[in-house]
Amino acid sequence: METKNLTCIGCPMGCSLTVSIDGENITVAGNTCPVGANYAKKEVTNPTRVVTSSVRVNGADIARVSVKTACDIPKNKIFDCMKEISAVEMTAPVCIGDVVIENCAGTGVAVIATKNVPCAG
Amino acid sequence: MKQYDIVVIGGGPAGLAAAISAKKAGVSDLLILERDATLGGILNQCIHNGFGLHTFKEELTGPEYAARFIEQVKEMEVPYKLGAMVLSISPEKVITYMSKTEGLVQISAKAIVLAMGCRERPRGALNIPGFRPAGIYSAGTAQRLMNIEGYSVGKEVVILGSGDIGLIMARRMTLEGANVKVVAELMPYSGGLKRNIVQCLNDFNIPLKLSHTVVGIDGKDRITGVTIAEVDANRQPIPGTEIHYDCDTLLLSCGLIPENELTREIGVEMNRVTSGPNVDDKLQTGAPGVFACGNVLHVHDLVDHVSSEAALAGENAAAYVLAENQTEKTHKVTLKAENGVRYTVPQTIDVENMRDSVTVRFRVADIYHNRAISVYYDGQKITSRKKRVLAPGEMEQVVLKKSSFAEYPDLKEIVICTEEV
Repeated sequence: METKNLTCIGCPMGCSLTVSIDGENITVAGNTCPVGANYAKKEVTNPTRVVTSSVRVNGADIARVSVKTACDIPKNKIFDCMKEISAVEMTAPVCIGDVVIENCAGTGVAVIATKNVPCAG
Repeated sequence: MKQYDIVVIGGGPAGLAAAISAKKAGVSDLLILERDATLGGILNQCIHNGFGLHTFKEELTGPEYAARFIEQVKEMEVPYKLGAMVLSISPEKVITYMSKTEGLVQISAKAIVLAMGCRERPRGALNIPGFRPAGIYSAGTAQRLMNIEGYSVGKEVVILGSGDIGLIMARRMTLEGANVKVVAELMPYSGGLKRNIVQCLNDFNIPLKLSHTVVGIDGKDRITGVTIAEVDANRQPIPGTEIHYDCDTLLLSCGLIPENELTREIGVEMNRVTSGPNVDDKLQTGAPGVFACGNVLHVHDLVDHVSSEAALAGENAAAYVLAENQTEKTHKVTLKAENGVRYTVPQTIDVENMRDSVTVRFRVADIYHNRAISVYYDGQKITSRKKRVLAPGEMEQVVLKKSSFAEYPDLKEIVICTEEV
């Protein structure tokens, strides 16, 4: 049996959670509400994050356009995702929602622009 | 001299929301003055997500949250000037600004909404010994350099202060390939949101050293390292606890200060705790017709709170111009923060002319468990709400209803405090 210690992010309480993993059987201790139990179970089975970053943009007054993954991706894919993001460039004008990478790091999730960037001048 | 009904100083989240609500309330002759090249303020560089959960019920990035308001400003044809730096505001509400295209301009306003935001506490205000080499940035400066101007900032990083911007930059620099070695926090608790501690530090195994501070900076031209040490209960470094880190970058995330040079010039009464002006329930400062909202009034935790506060300030500025609410009779009640409540905004309420309710926002002085937030009218307990946890990093609020004052015709003082339960 494996145990992990987590801090719940559901509210400012920040309960210290102890998760015991015994095969399929996951038990959570230390939570004071159901939010903590659900959070802990997701964190030990399938932790995901939205990745936000920026990519170079040409022909604009600013050097970078901000981007994000369209939804959360597996936590262990964050750095693969960042590698692909740092390799691409955009050209102004860019609109919020423009697709920067269609399928990032094989996750099936797109990376999209989060800033409107007009052409320079 | 051109006269406007309302001039909004600042085109960040507070200024945008204030202008939109002033326009909705029926004032069209208004102007936003923004010193940057774009609207949106600090949100433009806050590219992480988590904005707008209260306002839009979804998690947006900073630029996306700003865009929602900028679109409204453009749709409603609210006039704004970019690259317009306000230099002074006189007590007669004459505004002097400088712009590249117009030069030095003076305009006057019937009402002014102050929405200049805040700035970061700089190194000079922290008394850190050592040389003054390159490579020391406030976290927000590093954020702008990286996210807007496209510089990599540094590779080996130490962060002093665990404010939210510092935490966000710890993750951001890690994602961009930097090695963030440690976050040192002077206080025994972090001033940042729990979510940021978990997702920005724990996710990347970045250590957070509470009750630690920087006691030395090495390097003459470029920073080469810092020494941190543990501090005692009086926040004094404990000899023998020093740890040295080689680094090429030191980020400072040690608090935000409302930017009130212009406000002081108007001559209104300032608050020593918030570093913002004192305001009444209409968010009006001591100068009639001058309103304040957002981080220039008091530093907020969430932008959603800034937007709702600013919308109220804009609406009240419009009402002032349209001269509704013009009554002779007033009944001013003072709000007092006690026992763990550091301040309240507003600081006074005109219970005679207030709206149906007023939201009083405040912060607590320390981390408290199982305490109640209580409200007293002239010494008599009115409400008491138990909270399992209170933290200085999270803004709290109580809502006071106008109807609750009916039984207190001679009310002088409202006390908001924490209490053991």
